[in-house]
Amino acid sequence: MSYSAALIWLAGHELRLGWRDWVSLMTAGRRTRMRTAVVALIAFAAVMHLIAYSIVARYANTGVFPDKATLVAVTGTMLLSWSLLLSQAMESVTRAFYTRSDLDLILTSPFSARKVFAVRMARIAASVTAIAMLLASPFINVLAVFGGIRWLAAYGVVAAMGALAAAFAVALTIALFRTIGARRTRLIAQIVAAVIGAAFVIGLQICAIVSFGTLSRFAPLQSEWLIAHAPEAGNALWWPARAALGDALALAFVAGMSLAMLCASILIFAGSFGEHALAAAGVSSTVVRQRRWSRGFRRGTPQRALRRKEWTLLLRDPWLMSQSLMQVLYLLPPALMLWRGFREGIGASVVLVPVLVMAAGQLAGGLAWLSISGEDAPDLVSTAPVASRRIIGAKIEAVAGAIVLIFAPLIVALGFIASAAALVAATGVLTATAAATLIQLCFKVQARRSHFRRRQTSSRIATFAEAFSSISWAGTAALVAAGTWLAIFPAVIALGILAGVWTIRPRQP
Amino acid sequence: MNQSSRPVALAVRGLSKRFDRPAVDALDLTIYGGEFYSLLGPNGAGKTTTLRMVAGLLRPDSGSIVVNGIDALADPVSAKRIMAWVSDEPMIYEKLTPFEYLEFVAGLWSIDGKTAESRAGELFGWLGLAPHAHERCESFSKGMRQKVALAGALVHDPRLIILDEPLTGLDAGSARQVKNVLLERVRAGGTVIMTTHILEVAERMADRIGVIAGGKLIAEGTLDELRRQTGTTATTLEDTFLTLVAEQAA
Repeated sequence: MSYSAALIWLAGHELRLGWRDWVSLMTAGRRTRMRTAVVALIAFAAVMHLIAYSIVARYANTGVFPDKATLVAVTGTMLLSWSLLLSQAMESVTRAFYTRSDLDLILTSPFSARKVFAVRMARIAASVTAIAMLLASPFINVLAVFGGIRWLAAYGVVAAMGALAAAFAVALTIALFRTIGARRTRLIAQIVAAVIGAAFVIGLQICAIVSFGTLSRFAPLQSEWLIAHAPEAGNALWWPARAALGDALALAFVAGMSLAMLCASILIFAGSFGEHALAAAGVSSTVVRQRRWSRGFRRGTPQRALRRKEWTLLLRDPWLMSQSLMQVLYLLPPALMLWRGFREGIGASVVLVPVLVMAAGQLAGGLAWLSISGEDAPDLVSTAPVASRRIIGAKIEAVAGAIVLIFAPLIVALGFIASAAALVAATGVLTATAAATLIQLCFKVQARRSHFRRRQTSSRIATFAEAFSSISWAGTAALVAAGTWLAIFPAVIALGILAGVWTIRPRQP
Repeated sequence: MNQSSRPVALAVRGLSKRFDRPAVDALDLTIYGGEFYSLLGPNGAGKTTTLRMVAGLLRPDSGSIVVNGIDALADPVSAKRIMAWVSDEPMIYEKLTPFEYLEFVAGLWSIDGKTAESRAGELFGWLGLAPHAHERCESFSKGMRQKVALAGALVHDPRLIILDEPLTGLDAGSARQVKNVLLERVRAGGTVIMTTHILEVAERMADRIGVIAGGKLIAEGTLDELRRQTGTTATTLEDTFLTLVAEQAA
């Protein structure tokens, strides 16, 4: 096989693996669900187009050479999206390093490892770009329909952003490997990815709180100060925004630069990719000795043993911890708002209450999945002389304990400026936690904790129910905090979701 | 001791379980206290399903399971208190150390801390785990993990130990340690029921052997009794087993 033919074959192989991985993710590993997944995707695309219409249709006639305010807003939105893409790309690169799968086969094959990893890096770029295009397509399509085909240039910009994100992700991850080693890189890369994904959003929100007293992340992008201090419209800084608005020359420049950076990244780092992947593969065989506070066996009931086990496993798995606590990052802006409210007497409670309730619901869903479904020794727990309701009870207590630990300080702080709002928030947090846990109980599956990321695809009903339940309880809490009887409507919806979940829950064998 | 005078550790009557087809079909089984019983059978014969039902991991469609006089279906918690289960795939917590894993098991079985710790120390010694007692299990080989799982199963001093292919994937040294510990438990009055594909192990260790095929017990007894049942001059358990299974298939 010639060099180019071998590369094409390998690229095809990687694409096939990527496609199967994606299909498996969509169908939760069951090919029979393919038709359902396709129908769900079509329905999702239709809903996304409606949402996109309501958000961007009014901007469809924005010209190719707009004013500074538009350029600032478009560039800010692009940066926001790019930070999420970079986060996703880092996650993919880290996974490529730490998933052993075919590493032994690759490194013992007569094919150049450098070329294999070059193709693998290109695949990461392609998958990141594909996801970005998929998510951006409703917005671009709506703009193209109402504003003309020039808007299709935005697809090129999204592709360029994906390529650039992959290039940066590879460089950042390799830099982490070189500076802190394979053992720490997995955790740090996950945290960096989470922080990058959230940092820009949180940064904008913090700016908005400090400058405008609002949580809206778009407020700083529309501020007069920023627009006044931004470079002139002709500046090269705006080329990505211009490209997205349909400027062909800008698009060529942006796409060319991104592609060049991706190629450079692949050329520079493909050689060391295999070396670092090998180092990563050896991490699991590194011995970790555990220090103990108490030297002997601690006494306790089965429930206490279960709770302690859940908390210990969570605390000792930084990857799971970073995945679960990502939602907590989004509590930083509300915490800042609370602090400002505390200092300046601003009535922020109505805004904070739903944020706290929503975050608690989402976090509880993740923790409940880990505790109830993500049991790595199911046979041991099932053969223990403990009634199953007690086992479940202990696991629920473990989830509730973690939620209380995280949210209690914020609610107590809120209590100092608005005691009624704090009471509503506390009730809402506990209710959203209970609802999310109940949903996870209804859709209990047997899985390993390491499959945490796939929990959302193992039962889409549970995922959507969890999200809508949290939103409904957050809405209820917000309206109760505002003192209106309208709170009854979202509460009824939330209870309806729970009743629906209970009715259609799969019967346990 | 005459078998009829020994206490019955496990009595299974008319046990049935059906998935797509009958996995276990009206199975009767009696295992006596202080006995090492080996359950053999070809793949898909119903061995694991039977043991999972006895351990309380699967609900049978019909039949009864009595463990040391306790109806395991009516009072599973009491039955589980005196049983232990070890599967071929060691299921332990990667982020816990063997010490912590045994502490967790002792907590689940409500065993007094000091007693459990003393037993854990003995088990670590017998199984060669003592130097690794405070290392996280994530770096352990399969053999080490299996030994941790076995130590967990024994730390609450069960009267009936159920093992499903416990020696799969173990090196010779680890397999010897596991076998020694199991024989020690039987000598101390415990009962062991174990499935294995390693017929030599069953031949050497088991007091009685049961052969299961198509969800039914097709032969049972000591090696000599099984030989007599086949009516052949087969000398090894392997020959006897293959003859029995071939007869059943025919």
